[in-house]
Amino acid sequence: MIKVNNLVKKFGDFVAVDNISFEVNKGEIFAFLGPNGAGKSTTIKILTTLVQPTSGTVIVNGFDPVRSPDETRRSFGIVFQDPSLDDDLTAWENMEFHGVLYDVPKKIRRERIEQLLKFVELWDRKDSLVKEFSGGMKRRLEVARGLLHHPKIIFLDEPTLGLDPQTRNHMWTYLKDLNKNEGTTIFFTTHYMEEAARIAERIAIIDHGKIITIGTAEELKEQTQTDSLEDAFLALTGKTIREENVSGVDQMRSARRRWQR
Amino acid sequence: MIGSLAQPLLFLVALGYGFGSVFQKAGEGNYLNFLVPGIIGMSIIFTAIFSGMEVIWDRQFGFLKETLIAPMSRLNIMIGRTLGGATVATMQGTIVMLISFFFGFHPISWFAIIPAILIMFLIALLFTALGTMVASLLNDMQGFQLIVNFLVMPLFFLSGSLFPLQGLPTALAIVARIDPLSYGIDALRTLLINTSHYGLVVDIVALGAITLLFLGLGSYFFKKIQI
Repeated sequence: MIKVNNLVKKFGDFVAVDNISFEVNKGEIFAFLGPNGAGKSTTIKILTTLVQPTSGTVIVNGFDPVRSPDETRRSFGIVFQDPSLDDDLTAWENMEFHGVLYDVPKKIRRERIEQLLKFVELWDRKDSLVKEFSGGMKRRLEVARGLLHHPKIIFLDEPTLGLDPQTRNHMWTYLKDLNKNEGTTIFFTTHYMEEAARIAERIAIIDHGKIITIGTAEELKEQTQTDSLEDAFLALTGKTIREENVSGVDQMRSARRRWQR
Repeated sequence: MIGSLAQPLLFLVALGYGFGSVFQKAGEGNYLNFLVPGIIGMSIIFTAIFSGMEVIWDRQFGFLKETLIAPMSRLNIMIGRTLGGATVATMQGTIVMLISFFFGFHPISWFAIIPAILIMFLIALLFTALGTMVASLLNDMQGFQLIVNFLVMPLFFLSGSLFPLQGLPTALAIVARIDPLSYGIDALRTLLINTSHYGLVVDIVALGAITLLFLGLGSYFFKKIQI
């Protein structure tokens, strides 16, 4: 479903993604696990046509994101780290808009919106403005929205960052059901160990733009002779705290947090 | 909306009544009438540029990101956004004009209002496209302050919004000629109070050409947005 070969992405002199290669099978639940600044978000952005690679090949559902962006976009749904909903519209209107953008025919659209909003338990709030929603509700709405056009893959970039355990649990229950019943491939990034261990079938550990290793949680623990994924991770990536440069986006994010509520 | 009306109206009242008698004595006539098109231009340029600039914020945290990732042509998104922003800015300008009637503004003919609104829309389109273009090039809000102070303010103040363009020192006259807003304000003045500096035809041609240029450049840079 996803094939990446020798992918490199440089921003000026900074190498965000350093020659990575991996494959994700159809219907798999795959996780990118790594510390902040490892290159997880950049990789997802390349897979989802938002950023162009410096070199390397990427195939998503048989399409090249650079050469066939629109077909690639129809193949996936995505839940970003930062919400991308229109706060001034209602939940229903946000879903409807997405359906129109992705050319979902009207009758099917209406049926699916109802089905998905009920799936994420937001049907009773369908006519409420999104600005009134909590972080967890917004995330659930984004999951529902990302699935509206029945994509083959759903990408999630740090999906449970900032959510409480109940919401996290709910979200993963929906997604695992979806994976089991519809065979939707799930690709997510996280730096939460237990999330990766509990949810993902295979995990790629990424650090400093390089993939250190790929395997199931069991394989990784065996490989490093450790008892928990967290220990395996630390063994593979070392214990030094990552030096991070605060990007413009991070500054905007903290400004946004300050101005909300 | 109410908040953003405060500044133009403040300018109108303070400068209009403040300088009124001086202007009259200098033989230029009614300052309030002269000023209103300038103030309308002020509300349009600020609203338009800001709505274009919203692209910076929106593409990270807003709905724009959803549209950028949808299987939809970037050009269509840009056109939609620009038209939307221009419409809001035009409405602002129209409201300022309506309120100025209460302050004693008298256009020479009520029929002039419709063409005036069309000119306002053209100005709004120009500056929304410019704002979108600038925002497509910037990566975060840091540049925003710079843009406001070094781009928008000069464009506004040196466009003849607040003072007549006749008899300006050469340097200022040249700057005013380059400033697209000058043509916009002049067109509004020609329609509303029949005072023209460049001539209506020149104004419309200049506005039209520059608008097309900015729309083109704006879409080019908008297409290149990477998040």
